[in-house]
Amino acid sequence: MTAPKSPSDTADATCKGNRIGAGAFSRALLDPDAPPPAGLVGPDGKAAGKRFNVYRNNVIVSLCEALEQTFPAIVTLVGDAYFKALSRAFVVDHPPQTPVLMWYGGAFAGFLEEFPPLAAYPYLADVARVEWAWLQAFHAADAPPLDPAVLSSLAPEEVASVRFVRHPAADIVTSKWPVLDLVRANRFAEDAAGVDLDVPQAVLVTRPELDVEVLLLRPGADVFLRALFEGASLGEAAARALDMTPEFSLADSLSDCLSGGAFTAVEGHG
Amino acid sequence: MFSASQPSHKSRVDARIPARAGAGLKPDHIADILAERADIGFFEVHAENYMGAGGPPHRQLEAIRQDYPLSLHGVGLSIGAEQALDKAHLQRLAELNRRYEPGLFSEHLAWSTHDTTYFNDLLPVPYDVETLRRVCSHIDQVQDTVGRRMLLENPSTYVAFEQSTMSELDFLKEVARRTGCGLLLDVNNVHVSCTNHQRSAEAYLAEFPVDQVGEIHLGGHAPDTDDEGRPLLIDAHDREVDDAVWKLYESVIGQIGPLPTLIEWDNEVPAWPVLHAEVVAAEGILSRAVEPGLRRAV
Amino acid sequence: MNHKTMSAAIVAGAVATAVAGLSSTVPANAQAKEKCYGVSLKGQNDCKAGAGTTCAGTSTVDYQGNAWTLVPKGTCETMDVPGDRHGSLSELKRDLPKA
Repeated sequence: MTAPKSPSDTADATCKGNRIGAGAFSRALLDPDAPPPAGLVGPDGKAAGKRFNVYRNNVIVSLCEALEQTFPAIVTLVGDAYFKALSRAFVVDHPPQTPVLMWYGGAFAGFLEEFPPLAAYPYLADVARVEWAWLQAFHAADAPPLDPAVLSSLAPEEVASVRFVRHPAADIVTSKWPVLDLVRANRFAEDAAGVDLDVPQAVLVTRPELDVEVLLLRPGADVFLRALFEGASLGEAAARALDMTPEFSLADSLSDCLSGGAFTAVEGHG
Repeated sequence: MFSASQPSHKSRVDARIPARAGAGLKPDHIADILAERADIGFFEVHAENYMGAGGPPHRQLEAIRQDYPLSLHGVGLSIGAEQALDKAHLQRLAELNRRYEPGLFSEHLAWSTHDTTYFNDLLPVPYDVETLRRVCSHIDQVQDTVGRRMLLENPSTYVAFEQSTMSELDFLKEVARRTGCGLLLDVNNVHVSCTNHQRSAEAYLAEFPVDQVGEIHLGGHAPDTDDEGRPLLIDAHDREVDDAVWKLYESVIGQIGPLPTLIEWDNEVPAWPVLHAEVVAAEGILSRAVEPGLRRAV
Repeated sequence: MNHKTMSAAIVAGAVATAVAGLSSTVPANAQAKEKCYGVSLKGQNDCKAGAGTTCAGTSTVDYQGNAWTLVPKGTCETMDVPGDRHGSLSELKRDLPKA
């Protein structure tokens, strides 16, 4: 102790009642069947049943609300009442590991994928992946997208070996499901009637300026872009995409990526 | 990424918070606030909502900071935790202080993280020597890292600890004395906690170390009852400030003079004019308390 | 790792086409761009307690329902997953809850 002794220091020598560790308090918070920790009391010294439940409630409800805000399309897809029950199950299984709630919910897509009662709705996980990418893009570092003119300045023999620097907001979601149509219909209240579950879609999520954009990728463009994000050269990435998707168009796909703001720079060219 | 050494706003106003009323900043209100150039003493934000690297939240906050003093209020540091503070989180708070140069910086007497789990609620601490020592060492660490004095807010609580050996007031006084931190007096929390523990709010306030208070919070609460049917007030921030809280506030201001006063409204957030009216009501009490010339900046 | 690459000339030609196309007024995929309403997105961290609902986080008797037994009632009701493309329950790692 560096501070001078105060009357309260000596008073504490006579330890009163049950001591409650944060561990016991924490376990009781997330376990509704557990009794409130002994040693928490109301004004008459009686055990604090409903009083402790205020804390349980705050934890669960506030975290469910954070998820509701991050995954509005999932709320629309499963309905409000179901989402409340679903998000509560997720919160108890995966409570936040960070105090910054814009970073909470990254495991939600995987949870949906593995949650047996939702096996009949296998597209939900990819919708959640797009919504997660949307929120991360919203908060990502600001950066001006690559000016396409930089590519024109390269010598033709250099072009195939260039590598791009990924924009901090850019992410890709590849789905067996029409993930863009599902997000549009359920997050942005566009017409849901046209959603054809037989159509697979891949999207690029970006934020070249202030607005987050969700851009449909052409066949093979997701493989191409993912390869570029992993550090492949333009020539390697194009070959990889063409290998998997014969109708892959390098010119069209690159044009989409450039106009969507997928990159900030070409390595070695500012 | 933003620079670690330069503030990113170009403010046209003094960073210091005047002894006026301010409002908790909500993104839905920003367009109205900027359009009407609202005459508001200051705005306060929750630090954790600005811990992303970029995007619209920072763009909006920079616009607000150009024209208004800003108060930075942390809700997730877990100063009352049994374990060490999260150094990365502390660095993020320090960075926001450099970036926005807020006139006030505050956190809570509460914990919210245990082990690696963050509970997103302001959980209560026992008032005993061990907790006192830990809270003081955490506040020393905060003030050293951030490089400024912080304000510590009195909590709303729903339970008491049998193991407590001192009162909340003695605990707060001792923390302020040992660490040199200031206090954020949340008058709604005083009313909520005193009602919940069947104590007198007037008596609590009469003993509060007012010399250390740098800011006042006001907000709405929700009434409920406990297992015995006694009133249990919940710090919901979901409605207008209660009449009982206005009365306590008026008497505090009458006693100690005007202080920066924040209206908090975080749940069921109303349209801007409704929140603005609450700010105007607080401002009325502040201006009746003293001649305008005597207002002090904090 | 795939070491194949495309011929330099073909890549250079495609890049020239892409860049030339971008200088025209309408981006190829303008239709698919999703303008979002992000500017008023609320912050997730708040300083508030849940109003009045002291049982939502607590109930063992399912005040809010149980996701294991409830049925989703949103727009997903209107869409049928084609063929045998449902998720496979046999791959799921989780145990069923206690009755």
